[in-house]
Amino acid sequence: MTVVTGIQPISAGRRVKDRAVQALVYLAFAIAVVPLVSVLWLVIRNGLKRFDIEFLTHSMRNIGARDAGGGAYHAIIGTLEQVLLASLIAVPIGLLTAIYLVEYGNGGRLSRIVSFFVDVMTGVPSVVSGLFILAFWILALGMPFSGFAGALALSILMMPTVVRSAEEMLRLVPNELREASYALGVPKWRSIVKVVLPTAFTGIVTGVMLAVARVAGETAPLLLVVFSTDSINNDPFNGPQMGLPLYVFDQASRPNDTAIDRAWAGALTLILIIMLLNLVARLISWWRSPAKRG
Amino acid sequence: MRRPAFRRSRGDGPFRFLSTASGIVLLVIMAAIGVFLVVKAIPALQANTSHFLTELTWNPNATQPVFGIGALAFGTLISSFIALIIATPVAVGVALFISHYAPRRLASALGYLVDLLAAVPSVVYGLWGVAFLVPFMLSPSSFLNKYFAWIPIFGGDQVVGKSMLTASLVLAIMILPIIAAISREVFLQAPRIQEEAALALGATRWEMIRMAVLPFGRPGVITAALLGLGRAMGETIAVALIFPATFTISFRILSANGNSIAANIANGFGEATPIGRGALIASGLVLFLITLLVNTAARLVIARRKEYARAAA
Repeated sequence: MTVVTGIQPISAGRRVKDRAVQALVYLAFAIAVVPLVSVLWLVIRNGLKRFDIEFLTHSMRNIGARDAGGGAYHAIIGTLEQVLLASLIAVPIGLLTAIYLVEYGNGGRLSRIVSFFVDVMTGVPSVVSGLFILAFWILALGMPFSGFAGALALSILMMPTVVRSAEEMLRLVPNELREASYALGVPKWRSIVKVVLPTAFTGIVTGVMLAVARVAGETAPLLLVVFSTDSINNDPFNGPQMGLPLYVFDQASRPNDTAIDRAWAGALTLILIIMLLNLVARLISWWRSPAKRG
Repeated sequence: MRRPAFRRSRGDGPFRFLSTASGIVLLVIMAAIGVFLVVKAIPALQANTSHFLTELTWNPNATQPVFGIGALAFGTLISSFIALIIATPVAVGVALFISHYAPRRLASALGYLVDLLAAVPSVVYGLWGVAFLVPFMLSPSSFLNKYFAWIPIFGGDQVVGKSMLTASLVLAIMILPIIAAISREVFLQAPRIQEEAALALGATRWEMIRMAVLPFGRPGVITAALLGLGRAMGETIAVALIFPATFTISFRILSANGNSIAANIANGFGEATPIGRGALIASGLVLFLITLLVNTAARLVIARRKEYARAAA
């Protein structure tokens, strides 16, 4: 005995359309992955040619574009110093701003303005932050080109990222913790320093690492305010330095195969550093809450 | 057991002051960017013997400086728009794939894969573009030029690899992850109840997405696209290596023309005289204002919908 329900199978036209869209969506994902695979494959294949001990331990001093050999030691040193200095500037300001927005702002007028401009600041192009430091630090104040000037430009790019990630983490801290602390008579600032910040600590560290990874690959500000050099300069406050992204750009704009090979090896080094930072950041956040993130 | 001291702490005032001051420092930096760019651009603009906004050529290092933003602004806008047109549909597809099509278990891992595209530094895309994409684009470009020359943008007698199209393609790849990430967040927030209601009424998956997900997500996708546009406009190093650096206005995206404000700053800074630097700063000011406008527009779209607040972070 059959029950008449009036439900009919989905018509062929609708089924075809559904399948077609599904195919398009899968295709879109495939299209997005193709350039990633292509970039990574070429960087690894071409980068390994020159990714050797000499590359990691030598500078480009007295080495012409056509000469083989040479390395990126000076650029690696420069990038590490610049990124470290940029973090030293951006992290305190960014973290304190996040604390202001979450703990003191109370949704007031100033906090809404700050919050809006943090968003707008996220969109400041890296070349503009470089030009700003050029106009302000080097042209107006008469400071020399230096790694520190580059760090200043990078810190502007880092700040909004740090604020946003720290803010999100601080908001995740349950209010009960704050209230319990107040109830014990602990002043607000000590509650923030001793209760709220430690609770959010790993999350903040993750956000900072991601921000560092983001600025470590920036080239344009370095080009404008760090200048470049072929020699090792360990002092970020004096004289032109090199940075790894700048090194890649410099070598890539030369027409010789030896220079292009160095550019690829530099790109590989840069990607390895950035992937490492990303991986550490993910590991920290995973280690913090293995159950939630699976 | 120690008893807590019940008194107002001396540290509260300074700490509150310090954190408020940090927020204000951010505002001061934003204002200072505008002020110092203007101040350092003025001498060059005064020395300019042509009209800055309409002049096409860029020759600020000459004894009689002649420069204008015309061709550069045109190149910036066109390349970014082409990038947006290429990237948005793909990014929306990727976002839908991760939010509604991919198996639950794989979704976050696949999303991470797309995010990795954003982790690749700009200069690496530039290197990849010059070494791989530029020669690779010759044959598809020739194909377009041969059979679709009747569409004006594909016309022209000469087809080159270092073209506006190649640069736009690289830009499209670079802005794809940000558009995909924001769209994905918004699609994931679409009301579950409406999706299930649509499915229960017999809708296919596509019909459910069209009725319950896309209308909800539209403002989010618009915001994502605007943020991507802003990013494409400011992108420097990748396109500096690819653009042929001409100073003409032409819609022929397969020929050897194209440049952008950011690329011109990167390429022209090395040999710039003091006036030349001022001119580059003036062009940077224009770029700053354009991106400010685009980003503010994006934020205004998103601010109207509170439920998106987290997606844009």
